Amino acid sequence: MVDATPRSHRDVPPAEVPEVELYHPRSWWTTYVFSQDAKVIAIQYAGTAIAIGLVALVLSWLMRLQLGFPGTFDFITPEAYYQFITMHGMIMVIYLLTAIFLGGFGNYLIPLMVGARDMVFPYVNMLSYWVYLLAVVVLAASFFAPGGPTGAGWTLYPPQAILSGTPGGNDWGIILMLVSLILFIIGFTMGGLNYVITVIQGRTRGMTLMRMPLTVWGIFTATVMALFAFPALFVACVMMLFDRLLGTSFFMPALVEMGELLRYGGGSPILFQHLFWFFGHPEVYIVALPAFGIVSDLISTHARKNIFGYRMMVWAIVIIGALSFVVWAHHMYVSGMHPWFGFFFATTTLIIAVPTAIKVYNWVLTLWRGDIHLTLPMLFALAFIVTFVNGGLTGLFLGNVVVDVPLSDTMFVVAHFHMVMGVAPILVIFGAIYHWYPKITGRMLDERMGQFHFWVTFIGAYAIFFPMHYVGLVGVPRRYPEIGAEAFMTAPVGGLNAFISVAAFVVGFAQMVFLFNLLWSLRHGREAGSNPWRATTLEWQTPTTPPPHGNWGEERPLVYRWAYDYSVPGAPQDFIAQNDPWPDRPARRP
Amino acid sequence: MGETTLNGFGAKPARPSGLRGLAADWASDQRAFKSASWGKAMMWIFLLSDTFVFSCFLLAYMTVRMSTTLAWPDPSSVFALHIGGADIPLILIAIMTFVLISSSGTMAIAVNFAYRRSRGLTVLFLLLTAVLGATFVGMQAFEWTKLISEGVRPWGNPWGAPQFGAAFFMITGFHGTHVTFGVIFLLIVAAKVWRGEYDRGTKGFFTSRPGDYEHVEIMGLYWHFVDLVWVFIFAFFYLW
Ligand code: HEM
Ligand SMILES: [Cu+2]
Repeated sequence: MVDATPRSHRDVPPAEVPEVELYHPRSWWTTYVFSQDAKVIAIQYAGTAIAIGLVALVLSWLMRLQLGFPGTFDFITPEAYYQFITMHGMIMVIYLLTAIFLGGFGNYLIPLMVGARDMVFPYVNMLSYWVYLLAVVVLAASFFAPGGPTGAGWTLYPPQAILSGTPGGNDWGIILMLVSLILFIIGFTMGGLNYVITVIQGRTRGMTLMRMPLTVWGIFTATVMALFAFPALFVACVMMLFDRLLGTSFFMPALVEMGELLRYGGGSPILFQHLFWFFGHPEVYIVALPAFGIVSDLISTHARKNIFGYRMMVWAIVIIGALSFVVWAHHMYVSGMHPWFGFFFATTTLIIAVPTAIKVYNWVLTLWRGDIHLTLPMLFALAFIVTFVNGGLTGLFLGNVVVDVPLSDTMFVVAHFHMVMGVAPILVIFGAIYHWYPKITGRMLDERMGQFHFWVTFIGAYAIFFPMHYVGLVGVPRRYPEIGAEAFMTAPVGGLNAFISVAAFVVGFAQMVFLFNLLWSLRHGREAGSNPWRATTLEWQTPTTPPPHGNWGEERPLVYRWAYDYSVPGAPQDFIAQNDPWPDRPARRP
Repeated sequence: MGETTLNGFGAKPARPSGLRGLAADWASDQRAFKSASWGKAMMWIFLLSDTFVFSCFLLAYMTVRMSTTLAWPDPSSVFALHIGGADIPLILIAIMTFVLISSSGTMAIAVNFAYRRSRGLTVLFLLLTAVLGATFVGMQAFEWTKLISEGVRPWGNPWGAPQFGAAFFMITGFHGTHVTFGVIFLLIVAAKVWRGEYDRGTKGFFTSRPGDYEHVEIMGLYWHFVDLVWVFIFAFFYLW
């Protein structure tokens, strides 16, 4: 057990870093718009991410309209369908999930949870958001550009991405996409450096690394990974932009298009795949690790029990983060690479399952004989565990070369990654919003709308993605607007596809209820008080709720214990806050 | 212990050394790097991230050099200058490299004078560094002009693989951009030292953080990094 024994206040070391004066906003503009307060930036990040995420949701409806009822909707041409999948995938992965976990939850929770007053460099942090917003605007602009957005698929593989046969390939689409990604990376780097340094160098007195809540560990590790993974995407985007605009041939081999020899030659398309997946695989964990961390805290809090194996959980996060840099080529089994190469990457891929499984066991063991409150955050956390195990198991299938080769580029893969990196992290985001909304606004989200939202989303997601595994197994390829005659399938898939589409609309509708709840509860929600879940972590111990600029009033909190002292025998309450010196009396400040 | 300052210049408390010290620091509260300020730590992590960018560029260059079907132009004749009736291979690059490495020396001296709070000398050596950096960029511009006039383009050149020009302009351009930004920031830092903003702790216009002589050292970290990267570009692009 880690640090569970309360320390006396005499053990809290003296302050090493003097307080830094925060920027004092002088007007409405600098308080709410060009704010340097991490909490405001967090809400700006999350709001923008959700807004652009809605676009991706609508695109998924359009795709499902086409797949469920092929030939019914004239306006969904094959070109339009490619544009929909591309924008849907890219927005969901980068502009929604990455941005909301790191920019949204990272900004809100890191300073509060480690007892800091703000990020270490609030000005740079603010710039991060505005560059991100610019990236989103550029991305959205491609919908209105001549030729429309790019239809290259979210992986943007060359050579097709910049050829005239691909929508947006020799128009604006691909250019705007690449520019937007480059901007996103620049903006993210500014924020990411802040999150990392705040955790390493900006903690309050008594807050050791091994006393940090797992949420912070997850976001911190994911940010470090992102700082090392995004450079590969950055380089890939720059080089493809040159291929497209200057006519260089980094990724372009000699090609004949429409009977004409193009001016390209000698480049390596596989190079792009390596660069893309050196970013792309860590990216999966960049959205998974924050989810892992948040779920650990939700489970512990709502089961009133300390997290099982805290130290192991931390090391599992760090090891997963490190290992995920050496598995990228499992996305390239069908690229024609050497079998030994595939063997190596299959092995590393399966090794990652070990720390991941440890985490799942520890969540289950945390629940074991806990005092489980089926609150909304808990429901979402439970749903996450189930879904993640589900997606993880199909991941073990796909990690093996022989299994992956026939399944690659079928709907099975689409079902797999939606389970593991689509549905699972989204469930955590919902759980986290239900959990922290009271801190952000001072009011609870409405419970009945929440229950409706949870059950429809959870059951609906399975109605969508379970049959999709089957559709893939019988051979329906991915990224096909329609499969035409089904004669070559072992079973008819048309009915299933229609069913999936209807489920997708129902799930989408439930999200509207959720958004309505977010707005409605701002005014009409039940007053939450400062610590409605009776949680131990520092963000619930702020003197005022919502926390003001600077978070802590006069004095930053002193930390005496880890984040998981729930149901400690003999304690006056069933939780002991991290800044509670029990059984000592509170320290008089030196 | 209490007097340790934000900038890490102040007195440092005695701590265990070696591995034991490392473990103690990481197990402690507040800060894992006990002697690094926020700014310095942030610059280090940024440079690590930037290392990945440059590594990817260089690896990509090596890959296309292997994948391309045409012969790679011979660097020692392409980068030769015709001086006094003879072609001297790599002469310009040698001088450029020398200039940039020297600027690292002057930067180190500037940091040293900043530690000693001697304003005039700090400014002098910062400006010297900036001049050397600008000279480097100038010579790079000259080299670009020469190659362009000889027909080298990002999409092709008279001697062989088109990837030669592509990789050359991209990588040296990206590095040159780093140097240019470095020169701009050197001038800003020099101006701040000159006006005494680091003595008085004047608040930054944008950041509202008090000025501190440590900024000179952080500037130095960046500058040495840009230098180090050049050594790799030099080795992999010009010598291979
Ligand atoms: C309402 C929920 C969702 C539905 C109904 C849905 C539906 C779809 C469909 C139909 C496709 C195209 C399959 C194909 O033809 O290849 C697709 C692709 C994709 N989706 Fe989703 N999706 C949803 C949520 C998400 C989420 C939350 C993510 C976040 C990771 C995500 C990431 C992706 C990616 C990366 C692709 C691949 C795009 C490509 O092939 O280039 N989706 N989705
Ligand atoms: Cu992967």
